[in-house]
Amino acid sequence: MAVPLMTIQNLQTHFVTDKGRIPAVDGIDLHVRKGEIVGIVGESGCGKSVTSLSIMGLLPKPAGTIAGGHIYFKGEDLAVCKEKRMQALRGDEISMIFQEPMTSLNPLMTIGEQISETLRVHRRKSRKEAWRDSIAMLQKVGISRAEGIVREYPHQLSGGMRQRVMIAIALCCEPELLIADEPTTALDVTIQAQILDLMKKLNEETGTAILMITHDLGVVAEMCHRVVVMYAGKIVEEGSVKDIFHKPRHPYTRGLIRSIPRMDSDGGRLYSIPGNVPLPGTITEGCRFAPRCEHAFDRCMRELPELLEQETGHRCRCWLQT
Amino acid sequence: MMLNYTIRRLLMLVPVLLGMTIIVFLIIHAIPGDPAEVILGEKASEESKQALRQELKLDQPLYVQYGDFLQNLVSGNLGTSIRTKEAISEEIMPYLAATLELTIVSMVFAVFVGVNAGIISAWKQNSWFDYISMLIALIGVSMPVFWLGLMEQWIFSLKLQWLPSIGRMNPRDPIETVTNLYTIDAMLAGRWDQLWTAVKHLILPGIALGTIPMAIIARMTRSSMLEVLRSDYIRTARSKGMSQFLVIYKHALRNAFIPVLTVIGLQTGMLLGGAVLTETIFAWPGIGRYIFDAIGSRDYPVIQTGILVIAFLFVMINLLVDLLYHAVDPRIRYD
Repeated sequence: MAVPLMTIQNLQTHFVTDKGRIPAVDGIDLHVRKGEIVGIVGESGCGKSVTSLSIMGLLPKPAGTIAGGHIYFKGEDLAVCKEKRMQALRGDEISMIFQEPMTSLNPLMTIGEQISETLRVHRRKSRKEAWRDSIAMLQKVGISRAEGIVREYPHQLSGGMRQRVMIAIALCCEPELLIADEPTTALDVTIQAQILDLMKKLNEETGTAILMITHDLGVVAEMCHRVVVMYAGKIVEEGSVKDIFHKPRHPYTRGLIRSIPRMDSDGGRLYSIPGNVPLPGTITEGCRFAPRCEHAFDRCMRELPELLEQETGHRCRCWLQT
Repeated sequence: MMLNYTIRRLLMLVPVLLGMTIIVFLIIHAIPGDPAEVILGEKASEESKQALRQELKLDQPLYVQYGDFLQNLVSGNLGTSIRTKEAISEEIMPYLAATLELTIVSMVFAVFVGVNAGIISAWKQNSWFDYISMLIALIGVSMPVFWLGLMEQWIFSLKLQWLPSIGRMNPRDPIETVTNLYTIDAMLAGRWDQLWTAVKHLILPGIALGTIPMAIIARMTRSSMLEVLRSDYIRTARSKGMSQFLVIYKHALRNAFIPVLTVIGLQTGMLLGGAVLTETIFAWPGIGRYIFDAIGSRDYPVIQTGILVIAFLFVMINLLVDLLYHAVDPRIRYD
């Protein structure tokens, strides 16, 4: 088995708010290997986006801080990295694309400027070279009239085009890790499929590992090799895509899978997990999912189960599985 | 497209300027006091006053006077000063230049200090720098300019003797005027000592006049930057590995600049109108003083022309700002 590209150990990210310190990410362990696509799924507020911002060192300051744990990227601990060093890594070895292609590009700069400045900062290319590479990059992400697009502004492009541009920016320095935070959520379904295909193709061609943050299990099934399911700041289950979809062990994962609308259902009401994600800061002892779990028993309310390996590569945090 | 828009806007200035002439004309004639008496003195005989009124056509009905005024204006004749009998178009130039030079210095100071203070305050929100610079900005907008001017003179001229307190130039070493912008004229004459003297004369009134715009610009830049720094594309810029300097000055500032540009335009227009108080304190022979003196002596043509020139400059600055919007933000279109 290859050495992991990135290993997260016991990461704790806290937010200081009016109501005190809130652990948005509460001790997660996770690794991504070279060329692998790993999905992080969970509902809004489970800590998946905070995890990605922690890796990038882009937590909103001063509210968000990494309170503990390590993020080893090629042996270097990003959790304690200096800002200057992070600047050198960001956009070069680790890149990120965001949920909102409509607002994620600078409205006052041309597409060409926005791609080439990344190349100029990290690769020290001349203006001319960077411009030429920007055009090549746009062609690589499937934009046909790239020579024209480089001179255009974001408001002249559609949402799908803008997300392609974001991908071009993120991949222009051939990073080893791409973090994609809900990259297709804001797009039309047909465009979603195109963008996912593109990311998958680029993953195969360039070997860039992808950490795919999503709430959409469909995206996971389509794209990922491995899946991490998060709930209220903790990992509740982790395994290969096959394991998670065919042999889900945690009641939360099962609930998520049951919530996917199916073509062959009898047309009744869609399944939904009862209750809501606990508000950050209101978490008490015991299993965090217990209040919403139909199988919960006494012990679930009192003690937090460990994340235990059930079979090779399949871990689950549930008293039912011990 | 841009050219079309500019031409259209310039044509639209015609009714605006026409409206201005009417308003200015009416207001001036509403000023109480008889010009003939002011010019000739209280003791002048009734006949001589009457003769003067006839000469100045003040005995004609208002619409005739307005008609004459407009006719002269259109033919490029800005009138003759009653007091000095000089052509206003020539007489006004040195005053206009003095105000222009002072305005440029004040606004350069206001924009440079205001924008940078606003940026740093936004970047270091809730820091000591933020609190102190916003406190200074608050004091800056609320402080009377004449008081600031007097304090400057007291400290830097009287006590420290660093800078001259009044005027534009050393009166014993008069400058050879070409443009009437003394810094330029000194350079044209190759007189670097005079350039330095002119610059020294500009510093105190420049700071006094620039303080209010500086404070307004700082506050506007800060609030605009705070909004922009929270936006998604700033996060994108950081995720690309841009340095803080590039994120702020390349990505954020331009996006935050439209409201700041508006304020800069308005303030420049206001300063060009001449600041009577500041010009009086620093004995600066600017357009404000020129018109103020004309009001004192009921020099109608000078007042009229002076105000019209100021109004014209104001609308031109506004037009310039509107055109600059497009240069800053390509999404702003003029069709």
